[in-house]
Amino acid sequence: MALLEINDLHASVGEREILRGIDLTVNAGEVHAIMGPNGSGKSTLAGVLAGRELYHVTSGSVLYDGKDLLAMAPEDRAREGIFLAFQYPVEIPGVSNMYFLKAALNTIRKNKNLPELDAMDFLNLVREKMKLMEMEQALLNRPVNTGFSGGEKKRNEIFQMAVLEPKLAILDETDSGLDIDALRTVAGGVNALRSPERSMIVVTHYQRLLNYIVPDFVHVLSEGRIVKSGGKELALQLEESGYAGLGIVDEEEAVGKR
Amino acid sequence: MTAVAEQTGAWLAEFTAQKPAEPWLQELRNAAFQRFAELGFPTTKNEEWRFTNVAPIARTTFRVSAAGFAARFRGAEKIEAGGKCFDAARLAAEPNAFVALNAAFTDRPCVLRVPRGAVVEEPIEITYEIAAAGDRPAAVHPRILIVVEANAQCAIVERYSGEGRYLTNAVTEIVAGEGAVVDHYRVQQESREAYHISTLRATLGRSANFSSHSIALGGALVRNDANATLSEGSDATLNGLYIVNGKQHIDNHTEIDHAKPHGTSHEVYKGILDGQATAVFNGRIIVRKDAQKTDSKQTNKNLVLSDEAVIDTKPELQILADDVRCTHGATIGQLDEEALFYLQSRGIGKGEARSLLTYAFAQDILDRIKVPALKDQLEKALTEKLHEHGK
Ligand SMILES: Nc1ncnc2c1ncn2[C@@H]1O[C@H](COP(=O)(O)OP(=O)(O)OP(=O)(O)O)[C@@H](O)[C@H]1O
Ligand SMILES: [Mg+2]
Repeated sequence: MALLEINDLHASVGEREILRGIDLTVNAGEVHAIMGPNGSGKSTLAGVLAGRELYHVTSGSVLYDGKDLLAMAPEDRAREGIFLAFQYPVEIPGVSNMYFLKAALNTIRKNKNLPELDAMDFLNLVREKMKLMEMEQALLNRPVNTGFSGGEKKRNEIFQMAVLEPKLAILDETDSGLDIDALRTVAGGVNALRSPERSMIVVTHYQRLLNYIVPDFVHVLSEGRIVKSGGKELALQLEESGYAGLGIVDEEEAVGKR
Repeated sequence: MTAVAEQTGAWLAEFTAQKPAEPWLQELRNAAFQRFAELGFPTTKNEEWRFTNVAPIARTTFRVSAAGFAARFRGAEKIEAGGKCFDAARLAAEPNAFVALNAAFTDRPCVLRVPRGAVVEEPIEITYEIAAAGDRPAAVHPRILIVVEANAQCAIVERYSGEGRYLTNAVTEIVAGEGAVVDHYRVQQESREAYHISTLRATLGRSANFSSHSIALGGALVRNDANATLSEGSDATLNGLYIVNGKQHIDNHTEIDHAKPHGTSHEVYKGILDGQATAVFNGRIIVRKDAQKTDSKQTNKNLVLSDEAVIDTKPELQILADDVRCTHGATIGQLDEEALFYLQSRGIGKGEARSLLTYAFAQDILDRIKVPALKDQLEKALTEKLHEHGK
């Protein structure tokens, strides 16, 4: 059985249809890269999967682990193993990273019928994962993402993923805003989490990331549809010829031409 | 009978029936009652009371009870016959009917002195707890006067709580001498049926440093007036946190009077409103003609959790000097949807995510509380109160 099965998914923001018939199947252990021009709907797809209320699914279905994903609240999706690394992680002043992450981990553990971690065990786990992400422990004591640099925010996302150990990780442009060293660390962190039980959807604009996180499949999203799918070589082809080589134009440019 | 006489009549009966424990107070009380009778209860036609209708108080026949309190004040001294500290001339011109009413029933005021240069380690704690009343709701008129002499330092914690329906009408005066450092806390956890009226008046000497933190959680109808008058180079902080839900109403009126040059003042009031609660914030800043080089900053932020809750917020700047810096700002907002989704996307339930964010909104006011035991206690009280919101 596929872990994730998206069938003819349509979604809108307000009156505007953004996803216009997405079909995608992700099996356990697979890594799928999603590429595509700005505004093509990549973050929308990620948001719909994570349960963002802003997007309204108008038709289609999503099965996750055989269950109707769209009927689940965002927190239940997370508890069932879905994790979204945000393109723009949100700053939450007044809520400490540590407190937040412990609360998150313990609700997820509870859902798995595992005992809650006490402060000591939690700290040990967190230390180990911070080392993996080469993150400063000081960040843990600060409010969630507040005043973090762009790179620190992205690292913090993958760090959270390492702690929460999801079944399906959706990484939305985790590479953007990272310098080359940070990219290597973050990709290393992601790779360390690759396993036959864990699937990933990696949204990116750059082949560079895919050199580190080698995908099993690459899909190109344009104007709310997957217009091309292939193996990892598709990303290379895109790098060389751009979307135009596939007959795809950037939405902004297309609007300009009309 | 006029409307005023009608309202004050029941109080007159109480007034004539009661004699103060300390006889020398009688003269003062007479003057005060007379002033109260002249003023009558304020109506919403009075600009100061525009958004707060005290008719439920005016219509109720209360039984005046002694304002008994528990006090801990190691390092401070009790001033016996403390009522002599009250100023009869000022009473005759008192603009606030509730302050006059309080003085009219002042029986055993809590009058303390912190001697010159003393550094009082433990906070001075004064606690009023109103027991459930019999046939008629009780009215208590707590009166506190604390004189902190030059260069002395202390923290003061006032607490108010009770059961059932009653009126607390409290007046606190703080006189901070030259160079004194006074940290004042007022924790209002009255019952949900209580009326709570309070007036805080702080007078700051040269270079004195005064900060006040008003935490208001309880009461059905609440009005707080917090005033500070500054001297040359003094520094005043007025902070507040009000959390209301159901049909609670709270009105915070503050006044910072920069009477002399080089004063600084900081004010942050934060409100969390849910249900059909209503809140008022009115922040008056006066900078007198002499008070050059005044630096004053006022902020009022409100988090509105329901569609039916209402907040009226108004800064009121009266600036008569020209070389000053005064800033003010007010915000009214909801919970950040993006932040809510972020928390939910990590498995945190919507209800918990909401209370986490709500708590976070209040966090900086709590962080400024320098008495650790009080901070702990308030963190718990806040969590409880916010849990009510979630329901
Ligand atoms: N809240 C919103 N209100 C209105 N339109 C929106 C909203 N969110 C997204 N859109 C629109 O939906 C379209 C798809 O946006 P989306 O963020 O999914 O694109 P993307 O493929 O992730 O782009 P990028 O590569 O720039 O991140 C865009 O045209 C965008 O303007
Ligand atoms: Mg995007």
